[in-house]
Amino acid sequence: MELTGAEIAIRCLREEGVEHVFGYPGGAVLDIYDAIFRQDKVRHVLVRHEQAAAHAADGYARATGKVGVCLVTSGPGVTNAVTGIATAYMDSIPMVILSGQVPVPAIGQDAFQEVDTVGITRPCVKHNILVKDVNDLAPAIKKAFHIASTGRPGPVLVDIPKDVSQKKTEFSYPSGIQLRSYQPATKAEPDMLRQVVQVIMSARRPMIYSGGGVILSNASEELTRFAKLLHFPVTNTLMGLGAFPATDSQFVGMPGMHGTYEANMAMQNCDVLIGIGARFDDRVIGNPAHFFDASRKIIHIDIDPTSISKRVPVDLPVVGHVKDVLKQLLSLLDASREKPDPGVLQDWWNQIELWRSRDCLKFDRAAEVIKPQLVVDTLYQVTSGDAIVTSDVGQHQMWAAQFYKFDRPRRWINSGGLGTMGVGLPYAMGVQTAFPDETVVCITGEASIQMCIQELSTCRQYRLPIKIVNLNNRYMGMVRQWQEFFYGNRYAESYVDALPDFVKLAESYGHVGMRIDKPSDVEGALKEAFKLKDRLVFMDFITDQTENVYPMVPSGKGMSEMILV
Amino acid sequence: MMRHIFSLLMENESGALSRVAGLFSARGYNIESLSVAPTEDATLSRMTIVTTGSADVIEQILKQLDKLIDVVRVVNLTEGVHIERELMMVKVSTSEGDADEIMRLTDIFRGKIIDVSDDTYTIELTGDGAKLDAFLQALDRNLIVETVRTGASGIGRGSRILNP
Ligand SMILES: Cc1ncc(C[n+]2csc(CCOP(=O)(O)OP(=O)(O)O)c2C)c(N)n1
Repeated sequence: MELTGAEIAIRCLREEGVEHVFGYPGGAVLDIYDAIFRQDKVRHVLVRHEQAAAHAADGYARATGKVGVCLVTSGPGVTNAVTGIATAYMDSIPMVILSGQVPVPAIGQDAFQEVDTVGITRPCVKHNILVKDVNDLAPAIKKAFHIASTGRPGPVLVDIPKDVSQKKTEFSYPSGIQLRSYQPATKAEPDMLRQVVQVIMSARRPMIYSGGGVILSNASEELTRFAKLLHFPVTNTLMGLGAFPATDSQFVGMPGMHGTYEANMAMQNCDVLIGIGARFDDRVIGNPAHFFDASRKIIHIDIDPTSISKRVPVDLPVVGHVKDVLKQLLSLLDASREKPDPGVLQDWWNQIELWRSRDCLKFDRAAEVIKPQLVVDTLYQVTSGDAIVTSDVGQHQMWAAQFYKFDRPRRWINSGGLGTMGVGLPYAMGVQTAFPDETVVCITGEASIQMCIQELSTCRQYRLPIKIVNLNNRYMGMVRQWQEFFYGNRYAESYVDALPDFVKLAESYGHVGMRIDKPSDVEGALKEAFKLKDRLVFMDFITDQTENVYPMVPSGKGMSEMILV
Repeated sequence: MMRHIFSLLMENESGALSRVAGLFSARGYNIESLSVAPTEDATLSRMTIVTTGSADVIEQILKQLDKLIDVVRVVNLTEGVHIERELMMVKVSTSEGDADEIMRLTDIFRGKIIDVSDDTYTIELTGDGAKLDAFLQALDRNLIVETVRTGASGIGRGSRILNP
């Protein structure tokens, strides 16, 4: 049977098992919207701003591991979505963006709502495709899903001119796809792995440094077995939290700019560092020169060859799918006659425990004002550590990462690479849409939440019972902290003035609002909010205005040069 | 900072060139020259990029090029035996200059005069970059009206073959 391009697009989504699409209509995609209207398999979630469509699809992908999908119109629809696309790109999130485009004959004519979408998005997508012929549409969408979800994942955009969505052709969905120019590595070379095992077995001060790649490749189980078998300490990056259980005694916390003292000291002083699905980025390693003042052997397992020896030279590079490589390593270790001996690590563990006893995350629990750390800590208790937590960007993000202990992967959803304020609420929408019965919490700040605040309306329409924890310090706290430390207390434009009454604001959207300004009310308020299972509750916590995130490695400094409380 | 020549086979699709060019500008890599044209297989283009960089940067360029979805194969020609050629056309003025001298020089460099007008010669010359530079140097600077160079094209020697 012949179908229109619009119908084909939706049929392709069905073939890919897509259940939800986040989007916003407009002229160039009206045919696609009409096709959505005339079926009931693919459900559309209407956001209030295209940025949120991209973020929600991204959050959906982070939480489920499936490809997130969003749909936007040409011109301003696409440009609004760019922040969301770039955010997903920086964190390697599998996502497919369908964008409308002006009709093929109008391309290049400065037509109404025309932008060079492929040109604008090229630097922030894994790949993009402009479809000029309806016969190419199904193969293009197949290719997009394939590229988005394999290798190092990432967003792929398919730009569909309006006339292509209107033209008809015979529909058949390609069953498989083979691209001569794209064959991502999976398994690693056995020779290299044997060397890796040797180095691992000879380590006396080992350290596992694991990142978002472990979560993306669903390798948490393998990582945990690997670490347990060897009794090595583990640090998870901001993107890797939950890959190894945070409540396990082998976990030493997050590394980096706001990492724990013990994680950073162990990274700096280990003799063998095993980087797994992590990319040695500047927020983790700090100044690379300082990092190399200490000598250690570095093993780096990553699917993307460009990540290896990019910022720090690596001794043993292993290119492969993290899950496959860990499986290979486990079977080598299982088969090896030499068994791991935790005894030889005793001195190292003693040293780590000494660092840990520094208690670098301590804060004043008896303070008269609400300490933001107290809110996250209490949230962790009240939700029994079982919520899926999204966050925005700033101090609250760091406190969430430090104080909410994630024991499972895909339960901590935040923007690491791009650091995009505004993601928190749309991320929570994506997550709650995927998992209607899970407890979903958005930890945010009064500045970040205002960047996509309009989405409270989407939450109302789809009855998404998200719990928003607003750590309201009346400052762009992270900016204020840098100004305090590095700009002589000159707080230029970081005070968030003229704040709305968030309680009334939430109520006006049909939600429940709460304002909490006493430490003694924190626990009660949280408990009350979580009892309202089917409602969105906006909790506005009035927190200590001048609290800072510690430890802190100032930028340009080395990992062990932390400012501590 | 060493000079390197990358040779690429890529899908002959619209936008493929801008992906390569965009990669170089986004990551701050140098491009000394870039030449591209379809091959005998109409689905493939072959590109030669001449660049300079430290060993680290050159390694990253290779990996980053390889990562582009449209790039089928990429090789650093400078790492092995290879041949490099560039085509140049130079238009020189013959009105004041000595046409015989120009013809003699062209001969020495094994060039060809491919167009003649009342007051100009156009010379075609092929060779590696250094040879073309030498020819320009040998010519009287004041006689040169216009030059066009294609940038280098490269190919591996003998059994060094870049297949899809
Ligand atoms: C879109 C965007 N603009 C600017 C920034 C720079 N920035 C990083 S943190 C921050 C302040 C965030 O303030 P708030 O949301 O109140 O969180 P807090 O740090 O106070 O917890 C700013 C402006 C950013 N990360 N993203």
